[in-house]
Amino acid sequence: MAQIQIKNVAKTFGAYQALHSIDLTIADQEFMVLLGASGCGKTTLLRIIAGLESATTGEVWIGERRVDHLPPRDRGIAMVFQNYAVFPHLTVFENIGFGLRMQKMPEAEVKRRVERTATLMHIEQLLKRYSGELSGGQRQRVAVARALAMEPDVILMDEPLSNLDALLRLEMRAELKGVLAESKTTAIYVTHDQVEAMSLADRISVMHQGHIVQSASPIEVYRNPAARFVASFIGNPPMNFLPATPAGGGTWTVAGEHFQGPKTDAAGLDFAIRPEDVTPSETGLPATVRLVEPLGAHLLVTFAVDGHPFRAVLDSERVIQPGERMRLAPQKGRIRWFHPETTQAVS
Amino acid sequence: MNARLLPYVLILPVTVFLCVFFLYPFALVAQQAFAGDGGFGLENFRHVVSDWKFPISLKNTLLLAALVVPVQLALSLLMATMVTRMEKGRDLVLYIWTIPLGISDLAAGLIWLAIFDQSGFLNSMMAGLGVIDRPVSLLNYQHPGIVLAAIALAEIWRATAIMLVILVAGIGLIPKEYYEAAEVFGASPWQRFYKITLPLLRPSLQTALVLRIILAFEVFAVVAALGGTVFPVLMGQTYELQFALNNSAGAAAMALIILGISIGFTLLVLRVLRVPKGARI
Repeated sequence: MAQIQIKNVAKTFGAYQALHSIDLTIADQEFMVLLGASGCGKTTLLRIIAGLESATTGEVWIGERRVDHLPPRDRGIAMVFQNYAVFPHLTVFENIGFGLRMQKMPEAEVKRRVERTATLMHIEQLLKRYSGELSGGQRQRVAVARALAMEPDVILMDEPLSNLDALLRLEMRAELKGVLAESKTTAIYVTHDQVEAMSLADRISVMHQGHIVQSASPIEVYRNPAARFVASFIGNPPMNFLPATPAGGGTWTVAGEHFQGPKTDAAGLDFAIRPEDVTPSETGLPATVRLVEPLGAHLLVTFAVDGHPFRAVLDSERVIQPGERMRLAPQKGRIRWFHPETTQAVS
Repeated sequence: MNARLLPYVLILPVTVFLCVFFLYPFALVAQQAFAGDGGFGLENFRHVVSDWKFPISLKNTLLLAALVVPVQLALSLLMATMVTRMEKGRDLVLYIWTIPLGISDLAAGLIWLAIFDQSGFLNSMMAGLGVIDRPVSLLNYQHPGIVLAAIALAEIWRATAIMLVILVAGIGLIPKEYYEAAEVFGASPWQRFYKITLPLLRPSLQTALVLRIILAFEVFAVVAALGGTVFPVLMGQTYELQFALNNSAGAAAMALIILGISIGFTLLVLRVLRVPKGARI
């Protein structure tokens, strides 16, 4: 049970700046997801919090204690690793009880906790097995159980589901969410999978090139991306962008159409809209169909709008042919604007 | 060619080579060892075992192995851990540490003889420091302890690197994540060594120990150079039977006894350090 504060943390590897002055506060019992592409610094940040990596500058606080000078075992954390790191020479029981025994906990209490967490993770029948006799999904459960058995203040997870196959990942995701909410532990979860991030997080911190670009609730990150990077990283397919020129009085011209936008004196803005937020209509953006991809529940249609690629998710009942011309009306209140140079959102 | 036959065809040359130059001579030696006046029997074994020098050479060989192998195990583990942690100069250090491996065991014995000899470095150094008035003979029957220590030292110097190389390779196979997990879950550096490195190193420890123990029972040239007749060992007795006493049947019996001891210890090591099924990396 602890709040985590990261103050001005930076990390350089030689000449490479992996993290640029990160400031982040994670509330007690919050489920924070660090989301970003590989190389964005998310794992480095997690490892700095864990104590497996030291920050070049900055402070890490867990609860009321500054911990950046402490070894991992004195930080009140537990961790789930990407490759599980379930010790092959120990049985499932010994693996789950590893941290407890290191703390010299009485054997009866070790047994009680191991059995409780094993039951929680549905692996109570595997306690005598070795990891070589387990499937990937079962190893994952052991790794999570080992972390939960510590009853830590903070649980850190480094892409814990990335090595599971798609179906199992879905199942484990739902289970993790339930188990962690139950445990009332503060959680930091690193992933590059935006769906995972959206479904698990109380709050998502989107990372890019060693910066936190946006830190907000999943729906806020999705609806109101703070920067063009977030808009194009989150959502599949991502947001559409079209150049807009000022028509005066907060009105902007996009592909020959006028839209009400921010009142700024910028020479141009980027108009942005999510693919599912447009509908075919009598008025709107003039679009030519380039490609139609039926996806079952809906159609993914790629258009050309004023020479720019533009994707829309449409009802699968519609019959649409490549070359067809139509107009796409953006849903009210869903249009977003970004500054083309700073790439920041403008409102 | 038939794909099913190909593997057998490919291993045929090696198999023939081993049969001609290893299995066949081995069978001859065994036959010789068991052959006696009245057909096959244990006569030769009885004969070599009842020699007054047999118990002392067996004792000496076991004593030397018991002294040298644990020290080498500890040293090679320490050295392997150090090398593994090095970021720079790792290869250079490894090369330097393995130099003694490239020296023949007789040459190694002679190097240490040059140190312990009456006119050797040790004597001249002690004389120079004024510890002793005049050079003393260290390697004779009056100082059995020193003889043993000199032989053990030479053996440790010579053959620790063979274990080191195997253990360095073994440690390199242990994924780093296990150490990180152990660290996060509260293991101190010593506990990480004891609870992660050692158990996960069991396959390499098996190889290193088996190899080293077999070599320890075959010890000969270093002992011959430093101990001579003061410190008889099993292999020295075999040599004496074959070349000094012209008793090749006795030598063959001795060779089989050494083989038997080696097999016994090999099985023991494999048993003690076995890795349960499903517990491998």
